[in-house]
Amino acid sequence: MEVLRRPVIAGVGFTKITAHWKYSLRDLSSEAALKALSDAGNPKIDAIVVGNMMSGIANGQENLGSLVAESIGLSGVPSVKIEAACASGAAAVMWACLGVLSGLFNSVLVVGVEKMTDVTDKEDVSSALATAADYDYEVFFGATFPSLNAIIMRSYAKTYDLAPEDFGHLPILMHKNAVDVPHAQLRFPINMEGYLNSPIISDPLKLFDCAPIGDGAAALVIMRRDRARNSEHLIEIIGFGSATDTLAMYRREDLARLKAAELATKRALSMAGLEPKDFDIVQIHDAFSVIGYLNLEALGIVERGKAHEFIASGDADRSGALPVNPEGGLKARGHPVGATGVYQIAELALQLSDRAGSSQIENPNVGVAMNVGGTGSNVFVHILRRVE
Amino acid sequence: MWAYRLNIPSHWRLLPERYRLIGGYCEECGYKTFPKQKICPKCGSKRIKSVELPRKGKVITYTVVQTPPRGFEYYTPYILAIIELEDGTRVFSQLTDIEPSEIHEGLEVEMTIRKIRVSGESGAIAYGYKFRPS
Amino acid sequence: MRPDRSVGIVGWGAYVPKYRITSKELARAWGKDWKKYAAGIMVEEKSVPGIDEDTFTIAYEAARNALTRARIDPSEIKAVFVGTESKPYAVKPTATMLTEALMIGGEERLTLGADFEFACKAGSEAMQAVIGLVGSRMIEYGLAVGADTAQGAPGDALEYTASAGGAAFVIGPEDKSVAKILATCSYVTDTPDFWRRQLAKYPSHTSGFTGKPAYFTHIINASKKLMEELGTTPKDYDYVVFHQPNGKFPLKVAKMLGFTEEQVKPGLITPYIGNTYSASSLIGLAAVLDIAKPGDNILVTSFGSGAGSDSFHIEVSDRIEKVRNCVPRVIDFIKRKVYVDYAIYSRNRRMIKMPAGSGDY
Repeated sequence: MEVLRRPVIAGVGFTKITAHWKYSLRDLSSEAALKALSDAGNPKIDAIVVGNMMSGIANGQENLGSLVAESIGLSGVPSVKIEAACASGAAAVMWACLGVLSGLFNSVLVVGVEKMTDVTDKEDVSSALATAADYDYEVFFGATFPSLNAIIMRSYAKTYDLAPEDFGHLPILMHKNAVDVPHAQLRFPINMEGYLNSPIISDPLKLFDCAPIGDGAAALVIMRRDRARNSEHLIEIIGFGSATDTLAMYRREDLARLKAAELATKRALSMAGLEPKDFDIVQIHDAFSVIGYLNLEALGIVERGKAHEFIASGDADRSGALPVNPEGGLKARGHPVGATGVYQIAELALQLSDRAGSSQIENPNVGVAMNVGGTGSNVFVHILRRVE
Repeated sequence: MWAYRLNIPSHWRLLPERYRLIGGYCEECGYKTFPKQKICPKCGSKRIKSVELPRKGKVITYTVVQTPPRGFEYYTPYILAIIELEDGTRVFSQLTDIEPSEIHEGLEVEMTIRKIRVSGESGAIAYGYKFRPS
Repeated sequence: MRPDRSVGIVGWGAYVPKYRITSKELARAWGKDWKKYAAGIMVEEKSVPGIDEDTFTIAYEAARNALTRARIDPSEIKAVFVGTESKPYAVKPTATMLTEALMIGGEERLTLGADFEFACKAGSEAMQAVIGLVGSRMIEYGLAVGADTAQGAPGDALEYTASAGGAAFVIGPEDKSVAKILATCSYVTDTPDFWRRQLAKYPSHTSGFTGKPAYFTHIINASKKLMEELGTTPKDYDYVVFHQPNGKFPLKVAKMLGFTEEQVKPGLITPYIGNTYSASSLIGLAAVLDIAKPGDNILVTSFGSGAGSDSFHIEVSDRIEKVRNCVPRVIDFIKRKVYVDYAIYSRNRRMIKMPAGSGDY
């Protein structure tokens, strides 16, 4: 990429993640957006991209492009909703980058938002999340999103001969990290006994393997490098990549790997001209523990089947060799599905500009975020670097 | 949530698949898929014919659903599995007539038709493939 | 009644769900003395449909078995009749769903299809209708099915026997068949022994009145009339199959007509699986066809409340040996079983009143 046109993150903003009974889609998205705009020095915005998965089904509201623009006084600005299931957030970021790289837009506001808790019956939330899977060939027969990931977990455990405890290390680390993170949803530690005794959602997947349901919004102001004058904390997006896999899991050859994640990583690394060993900090998509592990393997950080050892070793701790999800990841920071991808990148941007507060890692230079849509059917990887 | 009511036109369109396991066969390279695709995922050819897939196969992997989505509460817990048919084609389906403790990878199963969803007392019944031990 | 051209059974098949509940368990649920009940009716246990089974899914399995034995392409079948008193839809024939599921009549779909109701003899009626169509050369092959997931009112005597199962027969020209259907005869009256009003969940019956004026009168009259017309006597038959609401009535009526226990027992399956209603005498017939030898003669007389009986004279041919063992036999279904308790039974049978708005079930 031509350096001057490279996308940079000029400003970051997000809400706490929880069941926000008092706040609507409008409230959440405008709060995050206004924070990000202020953080970026209030530049003129040329376009808006909204990442969201289920506003239609959960809130009876599509056309979020128009809704978000109006909510921050920017009616008139081109604005769309972009959707890639639970990777909608990262998809929105990627499309904002394309806007900037094309030269057509100097600055794009990205807002990831999800309001899940107005759907009060858990069977209905389950049905809404299941729209990420294959309706005619998986969901029609009673598949829930967790049940499909349970099958991946069983295949992965069988392939590498893993015990139930081997999956507990990731949620335990995530909860440990979130304790001192103000915007995180679940801020209490858990232990292995609690993990192993948590109720079975879909055998062998347990409750503590799964990210919680919550509401939240995160926003970024992405600008052309040479037009980003007002901000003091620019972070460059030096590479991104995306790939799809079959919509339904049963149509894949190997259930114990995420091909799309590997391909997206390859594309992002190629664009950035880097290798996995260059990563200093990682944001993985641990919607389910097994997916977190598969992310680490797809990113090339660990050998296949060894992710659990890496997490158990302490190397992924905040003080470790390669910190993973220092804010608690999807499991503990939270996972308002369509917004998550933006949270991941916003958190990386804060880390890379030494503004992450209590979760700050020492001097990271390069960060990578992986956002997974569906059961690995649509994956986005972004690589960020501190601007010197 | 109205979106999850049984979609009758869609179910009717898919009856050949749901009642008879009709898949696709690529005349160019012989690759079979379920469902029938417009373009062969192996060789890219468009010369795909409909074919009735074999009814017998074995379980590759499975899960037992304890927290159901809307519409499946009455049947919970139920078993979902990936099944490899005799010709290598894979299908995703519920298993029936079996207890979770009896399942193992490699279990031999056979296709049958069972109730998938019943829309309450006065709505339509959707039947489709499920697999039971052979 | 004899058709213009000779017809016969080209293929037969049965299906019984895997689950069973014992008379002992049923009695326990209602605080009754099970020994008294079981002994009285000679039924130890009955079949229970799985939570995802119904008359259509049962008819489908039985029909598939019949088609496999018949060794003809489903597109050659031009009529499907399903006899049942537990239709999944009061209006929408099970026959249409079978037609689609089995590709009866091929892509052209130029077939006849309907559901029949005549209490427990709806299945044998379906056979008679197909015999008529094939015998008059209107069609070459037809499919007749009797299948039910019978409703036994909770705590009622009939709960001990009302079970689930199905049997199917592909009927075609005699030269393609494994057993010729020589003739049939029906005896029908208006006898209100047992009925179910349209919106009632469970049937009603008149206890003792269902015996002599209903079951015995009609079976005896139909069987006698058929044998009279053909000039046969009980000695001429190797097997006799009656409608079997319990284990006792068939033995009693056999004696009354002059048949021996040995002739009845091979086709008496109710003691093991209960009364499958529209499939009752038909699964009995299937069990006999599973073991009968070429040259054997079989008399089948069904009974449906309301009331009526259909009687059939069947002669087994050489071709039966070739197709007998290519699908599960009735004995295989009887042996394949798993016991459930009253709780699972009532859940599978939709006997539990669910809260309003609790959605699909």
